[in-house]
Amino acid sequence: MATSVMTHDSAGDPMSLGARIWSWITTTDHKRIGILYGVTAFVFFLVGGLEALLIRLQLASSGNTVVSAEAYNELFTMHGTTMVFMAVMPLSAAFFNFVVPLQIGARDVAFPRLNAFSYWVFLLGGLFMNASFVFGAAPNAGWFGYANLTSTQYSPGMNIDFWVLGLQILGVASIAAGVNFIVTIVNMRAPGMRIMRMPVFTWMTLVTQFIVVTAFPVITVALVFLMFDRTFGTTFYSVAAGGDVLLWQHLFWLFGHPEVYILILPAMGIISEVIPTFSRKPLFGYAIVVYSGLLIGILGWGVWAHHMFSVGLGPVADSVFSATTMMIAIPTGVKIFNWIATMWGGRIRFTTPMLFAIGFIAMFIIGGLSGVMHSSPPADLQQTDTYFVVAHFHYVLFGGAMLGIFAGIYYWWPKVTGRMLSEPIGKLHFWLTIIGANLTFFPMHFIGLLGMPRRIYTYDAALGLDTMNMVATVGAFVTGVGALVFVFNVLWSRRRGTPVEHNPWGAATLEWAIPSPPPVYNFSVIPEVRSRLPLWAQSGMSEVPATPPEPVHVPDGSYWPLVASLGIVIAATGAILKSVPVVVGGGVVLVLALYFWAFEPFEV
Amino acid sequence: MKGSIVALLLIAAAIGLTGCSAEYPQSSLHPTADFSRDIDTLYRTIFWWALGVFVVVETALLVVIVRYRDRPGAGEPRQIHGSTALEVAWTLAPAVVLVFIAVPTIRTIFRTDGTPPPGALEVEVVGKQWWWAFSYPEYGITTANELHVPQGRPIALTMTSDDVIHSFWVPKLGGKRDLMPGRTTRIAFTADSVGEVYGQCAEFCGDSHANMRFRVVVDAPSDFDRWVENQLALPTAVDSLPATAQAGAQVYMTKGCLACHVIEGRSAGVLGPNLTHLASRGTIAAGILPNDAEGLARWLRDPPAEKPGSLMPKIPLTEDEIAALVAYLHSLN
Repeated sequence: MATSVMTHDSAGDPMSLGARIWSWITTTDHKRIGILYGVTAFVFFLVGGLEALLIRLQLASSGNTVVSAEAYNELFTMHGTTMVFMAVMPLSAAFFNFVVPLQIGARDVAFPRLNAFSYWVFLLGGLFMNASFVFGAAPNAGWFGYANLTSTQYSPGMNIDFWVLGLQILGVASIAAGVNFIVTIVNMRAPGMRIMRMPVFTWMTLVTQFIVVTAFPVITVALVFLMFDRTFGTTFYSVAAGGDVLLWQHLFWLFGHPEVYILILPAMGIISEVIPTFSRKPLFGYAIVVYSGLLIGILGWGVWAHHMFSVGLGPVADSVFSATTMMIAIPTGVKIFNWIATMWGGRIRFTTPMLFAIGFIAMFIIGGLSGVMHSSPPADLQQTDTYFVVAHFHYVLFGGAMLGIFAGIYYWWPKVTGRMLSEPIGKLHFWLTIIGANLTFFPMHFIGLLGMPRRIYTYDAALGLDTMNMVATVGAFVTGVGALVFVFNVLWSRRRGTPVEHNPWGAATLEWAIPSPPPVYNFSVIPEVRSRLPLWAQSGMSEVPATPPEPVHVPDGSYWPLVASLGIVIAATGAILKSVPVVVGGGVVLVLALYFWAFEPFEV
Repeated sequence: MKGSIVALLLIAAAIGLTGCSAEYPQSSLHPTADFSRDIDTLYRTIFWWALGVFVVVETALLVVIVRYRDRPGAGEPRQIHGSTALEVAWTLAPAVVLVFIAVPTIRTIFRTDGTPPPGALEVEVVGKQWWWAFSYPEYGITTANELHVPQGRPIALTMTSDDVIHSFWVPKLGGKRDLMPGRTTRIAFTADSVGEVYGQCAEFCGDSHANMRFRVVVDAPSDFDRWVENQLALPTAVDSLPATAQAGAQVYMTKGCLACHVIEGRSAGVLGPNLTHLASRGTIAAGILPNDAEGLARWLRDPPAEKPGSLMPKIPLTEDEIAALVAYLHSLN
């Protein structure tokens, strides 16, 4: 294949449907991959949301029989697994892909084909995991999959095999993307885009990717041990043979707590862009916001055992992990104060992205404070594994991460599509979401403190918790209606959204200096950046002409990333079927695809 | 939005601090033992600090969005990039609050670390899918799913699991502690009020995790002694039972029950709960059914239907056999 030489936007000649689909399958354009990530992850978000609604239906009253115990255990396992690995993480990845190269003034990511590979591995890994429903064997040991419940003795079916293999596949996608974005952000910034001039969203992306490439190997090790235990009879987690069930918990949470910051830091980055734009003020204390993000990323490694206070690690260990956990509240609090200070003295426009960003702050404060409550081990002994904790992390992950992601969707939508989403429909979406989420999650604090454990498919009417559970269920459906309103907004906007120019919000960062949607080459000329706020400062950047003065090289399409990821999923399918030839076949496809990929003529 | 959150939080405080305990038999906010009271005191300290921070920060947010909303004719905002003094202040303020939380926390950690006080009554707890075995080495008693403890005497639990990880949780008496295969864990508490409280497994342990419940009965010391005496007595001899119960004993011996269950003097199975004094217990099947004629019959008819995944299989029994078995089992007192 030859390198394309583009002199203008490629949207010239109409393509046939087949050619258009093929162009998406072989695309290596970070913007298109970002869109693929966003659409796919949003579909998984709806699937995970549907699972949540079924869970809430079952728990609407005590002794309910909407689903069986077995189905319920599959539903809560897949709800958690889906929302963490197939919805929130890849929704963030959609923003990394679309926004980061534009924010740093790059034409693409450092490794465009690796980027496509990440997406295809994510898509196929997600489909693989969900295919378990077709076999009636969806994972059912919780998203945390504690040993030794996951052993073949206590979980003989394929359920856990789907989970172990699916998570490993998704991990490959995350690590590949992590490496790609670290290299992109470190090496491909436009001239003058110094590290302390980077937009905070790009900064939080960089921190997040460092956590990804260090944390995912830890869970991969834990999963490989489990896979070996289940497949080859090794005994890492087998007590009878001298293994240890706590080994899994340490490895899982050593990954699992940094994972929390993988989920929340990108959303913090998003609202650090949204709030200054709609306050018409620069971010208050840019350096402190960046450093506190870095500090959260580092401290996040020292707190994992706070998930294990009920294990009884001893008073000294409990005290130390309690102290480190409390410390992490400090940089988190600093961010909140800085966001509020950014709005202070501003001229706040209550656009939909800004409403979601303010909603993030209001909700995150609650989730943060309940987090401080269970940083105290004795208090946590009453709270862990109850609905109190469910309330806490939904305030952080739904009220935080998801509201942040919605803020980002409404904020960058015009940049991605060239059209606005409807503001009135967006505001309806916001209010339904914020009311629904608080109705759902606020009562859960009491449900937990009054004695309801997590992960139970039924509960005793004598606990006196029927009314509050019903309120939570009603709230969940209000949130669900909000999600449908958003889908309607997207469909509405495709034809009727107001077309926009470069910078509809009057924002300060580089991505708003180019047309919406951006041309395939992003910047006709790589700009020279002279300010942290290039579009607000006097001559903050060099001119970007409307058409490229000279031909621009853009990456070619390639189907080898898709073939390579197919090889991985074929091998995993072979492992599920316990068929060595299929595993080997998948391996061969992978190796051949990597070979042809390596020798494919390709130029960035 | 923020107004409704504040309102909800005040309701929270109301429930948390004044609520009636009888309505919530599994509540962590209505402690009846030293362990749970220590935690409750600490929790309330943290709660008020958190409520204070909540009010301050959410109020600041509200003030900002009301006061600095975009109004016609407003000029361009002053472009402030930060303030070192302010940032130092709001880094230090949370740190100070955290010290006020950390100090009582660490004190409470050491006070509630499960070291048994002298003179404690030892109870061994074994978690199994999906029920609880309790034994009292001091008396040589083994029972299941209903833990009797004397009021006022320290209780020391030594806990482990026979299969997967479980977690022992009686919110009114104290915090939870995991039961793990191959390890033993401890908690200690002294119950201060007589009565029955609810407990439940708090670590996901498979299909019927939701059905792994139990009761703790705190007896006045004299009642506890009577209970011990009763548990040590052998059940009534079969020969002196009414005819239905005798028929039930026959069913017990011929339909396989004896393979898994202990009844002192009759059978020595080890897989299932000890039934020697089954009739003295208030519930059947780990707290999910009342131990009356109807509840027990329902359980015997189809255990996996009541407790999904139950190791006790559905044994084909006629209604007459079930009635007889119920009569026999309820004679075990």
